Parts: sequence; C-alpha cells; structure tokens
Amino acid sequence: MILLVEDNLDHAEIVMRSFKAQQSAHAIHHVTDGESALDYLLRRGEYNDPQKSPKPRLILLDLRLPKVDGLEVLKEIKQIEDLRGIPVVVLTSSQAGNDVKMACDYHANSYVVKPLEFRKFTELIGDLGSYWLGWNVSSVDDDTSG
Amino acid sequence: MKMKVKSRPLDILLVEDNEDHAEIVRRSFSGHQVANTIHHVADGQAALDYLLRQGEYADPKKSPRPDVILLDLRLPKLDGLGVLHEIKQARELHKIPVVVLTSSKDDADVSNAYDSYANSYLVKPLDFQKFTDLMRDLGFYWLGWNVNPFDEGVSH
Repeated sequence: MILLVEDNLDHAEIVMRSFKAQQSAHAIHHVTDGESALDYLLRRGEYNDPQKSPKPRLILLDLRLPKVDGLEVLKEIKQIEDLRGIPVVVLTSSQAGNDVKMACDYHANSYVVKPLEFRKFTELIGDLGSYWLGWNVSSVDDDTSG
Repeated sequence: MKMKVKSRPLDILLVEDNEDHAEIVRRSFSGHQVANTIHHVADGQAALDYLLRQGEYADPKKSPRPDVILLDLRLPKLDGLGVLHEIKQARELHKIPVVVLTSSKDDADVSNAYDSYANSYLVKPLDFQKFTDLMRDLGFYWLGWNVNPFDEGVSH
C-alpha cells in the first residue's frame, strides 16, 4: 500500500483518482498532517495495531503540513533503520532551492514538483506509480498487504 | 512515460563491470528522448576517482557531475555498497541520486543499499526488451520528473 501525506484535499483527490485509474492494486492510506504520518509509521496511538497500519511500499510526502512539517517527518523516518527501506518521494508545490537541498540532506529518495495542470499531474502520478511500484524494489516488497 | 523538456543534455555515470550490460544501457539511452551523455566506468575505484575528480578524471570537463548514477553492486576493486557509502557521506556528492542497478535480488543487498541511502534499487531484467523498457522509464523519471538539486532553475 501507499502512504499519502497531503493536507490539500484537492491534490489528495487527484493522486487517489490517478492511482485508481491505473488499475493499481495498491491501497492508499491518506493522512493530512505530519504528526499522523509519524503516528502511522511508528504505530502510535490509533495506529497501534500493526494489522491496521501495514508498512507502506511507498510514501508520498508533501512538505507544508500541519502539526509536523514534511521535512521533519522525512528526517525522522530516515533515521529509523526499520523504515529506511521505504522509498519517500517528496511531492510538493515548492521549487525553493532550500527545500530541495534539505530534502536531499535528509535523504529523500526523490523530489518531484506537483504540476499545476491537472492532466500533467495525472501523468506524473502514472509515471511515479510505474516507477516506484513497478520497477523499484523496496524492502517491503514481500509484504502481502502491498 | 512522457517527456519533460530539459535545457541541456544530462549526464549519467554508469558504474558497471559487465560489458554486455553496459552496452544495453548505452544503446537504450542513445535513443532516449531526453538528451544525455553516458560516462562509463568499470570498477568501484574508478567511480570514486570520477566523482572526486582524482587521477585521470582531474579535469572537470572530462568528469562532469552526473545528474544520476547507475550503480552495479558486484564490482572489482571497490564494491558497489562501498562506493554508495562513500558517495552518501561526501558533502559534495550525497545529493546526486544513486540508482542501484544489479542482478541481485538478495534481501540483504536491498536492505544494505537502503541503509546506505540508495535512492532506488532496480533488478536488471533478463529479457533484453524489458531491460530497454526499464532504461527508458528510468531516464524519464530521473532525468525528467525528479528535481535535480544542482539545477540552475532551482532558486537558491
């Protein structure tokens, strides 16, 4: 499955619809702030039960998020060996040099800018899905909840 | 995958000791819609020499910083994980995406690669057509969609 960390509901909708359109078999779990993302991955609070919070095969991470911001979430995830094998693709509206630099410093697997145009956004999600879920091998690949 | 227009040909460092595989990669990228130049080295030490501009690679014109590194794991002199580790520790190199491209499906290799912050891990398809398809998609993704932290277009 895919963990989508995105506070903009319109963008989240585009992402989810694009994945569905690819007839992708992957479930998407959507959270709207950084703290929930960490709760999910660290299995805290409501995500305590591992059955309810299977490890994702891919994390799509926005940067400007409520509660805990995206760069902080990224930094925390990549410090944990158990989670380091999950590709994190930063998916953001920001093209600011500093954001790209920090994301790289914190070892984001990839950094992609959300296209403004709907069709291009869908194209991006299509290519992103084929690459990260089709070709790329993650450490979570044998997880049947994929 | 669709093309995103780039203003300059992009540089790929291919670290691969198997000449047949290197040839497939070269051929796939020579036809690619995203203009590119492949710089090929055949062992781990040469990869580091290239990236650190040492020895025969001292001239930056001969060793432009790559936009992406394709890295095999089983290499002579210094193996792929060793090269990866060095790259991701180096202040001036760690931002370059490293795509492990290997025949190994070993869980230990996958795990070790990600532990050393490999950006991506790909298993070389046995089928020639599939290998070419992979190179095509790889090119579009890393040279097209992924943001290069060194790009002039990115404001600093």
